[in-house]
Amino acid sequence: MRPALHFLAALLLAPLLPGVINRVKAFFGGRRGQPLLQLYYDLFKLAGKTPVYSRTTTWVFRASPAAGLAALLAAAAALPFAGAGPLFGFEGDLVLVVYLLGLARFLTVLAALDTGSAFEGMGASREMQFAVFAEPAFFLCLAALAHITGSLSFSGIFAALTGDTWRTAAPVLALLTASLFIVLLAENSRVPADDPNTHLELTMIHEVMVLDHSGPDLACILYGAALKLWLFSSLIAGMLLPRAGGGAYEGALYLGVMLGVTGAVGVTESAMARLRLLKVPYMLITAFAFAALALIFQLGR
Amino acid sequence: MPLVLFSLALLLVSSALSLSFSGSPARARAFGVIGAVGAALAGLPAAAGVLFSGRAETLSLPWPVPMGSLSLSLDPLAAFFLVPLFLLTGLAAVYGAGYMERYEASGRAAPAWAQFNLLTASMALVLLAANAVLFMTGWELMALSSFLLVLFEGEKKQARRAGFIYLAVGAGGALLLLAAFGLLAAPSGSLDFSSFLRPTGARAAAVFLIALTGFGLKAGFMPLHVWLPEAHPAAPSHVSAVMSGVMIKMGVYGLLRTLGFLAPWPEWWGALVLVLGAVSALGGVLFALAQHDLKRLLAYSSIENIGIILLGLGLGMIGLSRGSAALAALGLAGALLHAFNHSLFKGLLFMGAGAVIHSAGLGELEALGGLSKKMPRTSACFLAGSASITALPPFNGFVGEFLIYLAAFRALLDGRATAHWGAAALLALAAAGALAGGCFAKAFGSVFLGEPRSTKCSAAHDPGAPMLAAMYALAAACLAAGLLSPFLLLPLANAADAAFPGAGAALYALAALPVAFVSAGFSALCGLLALAAALRAWLMCRRGYAEGPTWDCGYARPTARMQYGASSFSQPLTDFFQPLLRSLGREPEIRGYFPSGASFSTEAQALVYNKIYSPAAHRVRELAYRFTWLQHGRLQIYILYIVLTLLALLLWKL
Repeated sequence: MRPALHFLAALLLAPLLPGVINRVKAFFGGRRGQPLLQLYYDLFKLAGKTPVYSRTTTWVFRASPAAGLAALLAAAAALPFAGAGPLFGFEGDLVLVVYLLGLARFLTVLAALDTGSAFEGMGASREMQFAVFAEPAFFLCLAALAHITGSLSFSGIFAALTGDTWRTAAPVLALLTASLFIVLLAENSRVPADDPNTHLELTMIHEVMVLDHSGPDLACILYGAALKLWLFSSLIAGMLLPRAGGGAYEGALYLGVMLGVTGAVGVTESAMARLRLLKVPYMLITAFAFAALALIFQLGR
Repeated sequence: MPLVLFSLALLLVSSALSLSFSGSPARARAFGVIGAVGAALAGLPAAAGVLFSGRAETLSLPWPVPMGSLSLSLDPLAAFFLVPLFLLTGLAAVYGAGYMERYEASGRAAPAWAQFNLLTASMALVLLAANAVLFMTGWELMALSSFLLVLFEGEKKQARRAGFIYLAVGAGGALLLLAAFGLLAAPSGSLDFSSFLRPTGARAAAVFLIALTGFGLKAGFMPLHVWLPEAHPAAPSHVSAVMSGVMIKMGVYGLLRTLGFLAPWPEWWGALVLVLGAVSALGGVLFALAQHDLKRLLAYSSIENIGIILLGLGLGMIGLSRGSAALAALGLAGALLHAFNHSLFKGLLFMGAGAVIHSAGLGELEALGGLSKKMPRTSACFLAGSASITALPPFNGFVGEFLIYLAAFRALLDGRATAHWGAAALLALAAAGALAGGCFAKAFGSVFLGEPRSTKCSAAHDPGAPMLAAMYALAAACLAAGLLSPFLLLPLANAADAAFPGAGAALYALAALPVAFVSAGFSALCGLLALAAALRAWLMCRRGYAEGPTWDCGYARPTARMQYGASSFSQPLTDFFQPLLRSLGREPEIRGYFPSGASFSTEAQALVYNKIYSPAAHRVRELAYRFTWLQHGRLQIYILYIVLTLLALLLWKL
């Protein structure tokens, strides 16, 4: 019963996170910013709109947003929340989750290529390039976590991470947190890897791939992006917050840490400029190096 | 066993009939297809029976060939390779019935049918042989028949070059295998597999290295892959499907057999296989990413997949020499399952590429595009194949890689001695997986999506019923092998037991639950997909949709020439890995204020061939010129050579 409630909570609360980031950015920019619940309004509005399809596109373009959302929902079902078991978990679910994220990405890229637009092709090409650097870094992080806890499932890993682990393996966990945070920025197309608010299509990556989507399809994409952000911040929160017996109190604290992670994303976006496109792989290689170092420390422990 | 023998006989007879009816192509085709499909229908239940029961069947008949004996053995390991062999050749024959039609007028189709069925029979013989002479007979017949098929369009210079490289590599590999078998047979003096004894000391290592090179030349892992990207695209597409899907696996099978004779192994053997696998997986997919030609891209991707198979095998070998049954079982089972899965999806992809080339007339990525409107069925099949080969749920490619991932994690967690191998395998798999995603997004996207990039493919259309049926069957098999993967565990465990005794039980203990969960997760994903589709349909039901041009940032008249091309798509990655790829680009020189027409070209080099093999071959040829006095081209002198050699051998034996 509890895992199902947690899953439902993730589905309901995920669109809150982009709102938090926007409010933090507005605060640093000295603006009042959009309402915290803006994404909910947007989703509701988009769900009721009539979509426009390009004459170039085929069924791939129309099926991709909903199918991508299904993949992300499946991935979210395998992620634990606040140390409690997930809806769906087994030895090796790490691999399945990474490949479900890969499925969502693959579908988005294909839909972008289906429009026949130069801009969207460019975005698709860059998305695939960054994935090549981000995915091994993500896998190394997971490998280090698996080695620390001796488990190959998210629930096992996060059940075994306690305050004690932070006392004995703080450098490893700190490096992993840093690495995962960079992966989060890149995978969720945030500054400095990508700028979701830029006005120039030529410089976008993720946003340019979904230029042609509209109506319910765009709602699927926006909701999927919020869910992905939820997934990654939940991972980082699970590492930062040692297990403490469970209960409603821990759940609230966990949610607080997650909001803190998204707040940190907002701070990063406010404090940093976007990197030049050619430098983004270097940032991801840094994440990779952090994760590799963490694994080396862990193996030597 | 009787059923498999019947298949063999059927294949050989139909091959001979096809050849003798070369005057009437329709009859030759009928014999070819009936032979291949009949053999598959007879052979599949026999092989599946052995796989599920786990009991080996043997047959031994006297054979008047010195050192040879007609001993055949169908054990679960051979059966595990026989199943994809029969499945793919049967379907490829059905596909070929449509594909070869246009070549029938030129009289080339009938010999090709004969060669195709001979190729199938020889591969089956390789798998069944329990005697080195018989094995080498099958091996050489396989090399010969596939060489003739590579030369199918021998009037093209490219095909002749591919054929020559393939012949040279095949001959070299066979020589190495003869040496390996000779060393193995030396202690007992018999060439029967059952009487092979493990050579002692450095000799075992020598056998291993020779066999690894000899079989590696057929399997095509890096750096022994040079023939593969030349020969696979040159053959007709259904033959490419069989070559890439099944024939290169014969190298893996041979290696597994030889390893069985050499157990126990030192740890560095496994490490070497693992390193070769990592190099091949990453190198193969990087080169695939840089290709412009659809079939060449698929051929390079086969090199990647052989690398993934070797990664699993290497982990399994390390596990066995370390005494870790868990690692051994997971690694080997992953390798075997990926080999099986690869034959399904690579067969499907080559058939899809064949359908494109068949109807559009070209496989050049930069000239294709938008074909999913003209060939919707082919595009759906190709998409299924692309998703499988990039290991995306819910298709079968994921399950094999999942077992190898489990093995890599197991090596990582098992202790300090194997941890670095686990981490290396993990990294290679993850990076190759991400690169393969880019590679197949490029392949599918630039062929089937967007707008046509040239007028050349304007006449494209879905192929006829036989070609479509074969592709549908393979696409369904890819999906089924993913969703129903727990049912593959029993045959997999039996085959693993035949290769590494004791691996089957460990596999059950470790993989049964995760694989069941993976398949449950796949079903859940399918359910979610259906739910999302239903939700979308509900949101859209009252509304309909509007149509317009693609939003090109305000530009209202986008043309196909403004689309992102295939090379542009992969350019960020190929540029980043340029030091490894060394692709060549020729940029135009622009002069004056009103420059006239300019052209730009890039070429992905066959780096290993150009930098290593070609100079080496040149050196060998120079050396050979010194011995031209031996070669007169006069038959009498050659016969004299033979007589002298026989005399010398006779004197030596006396």
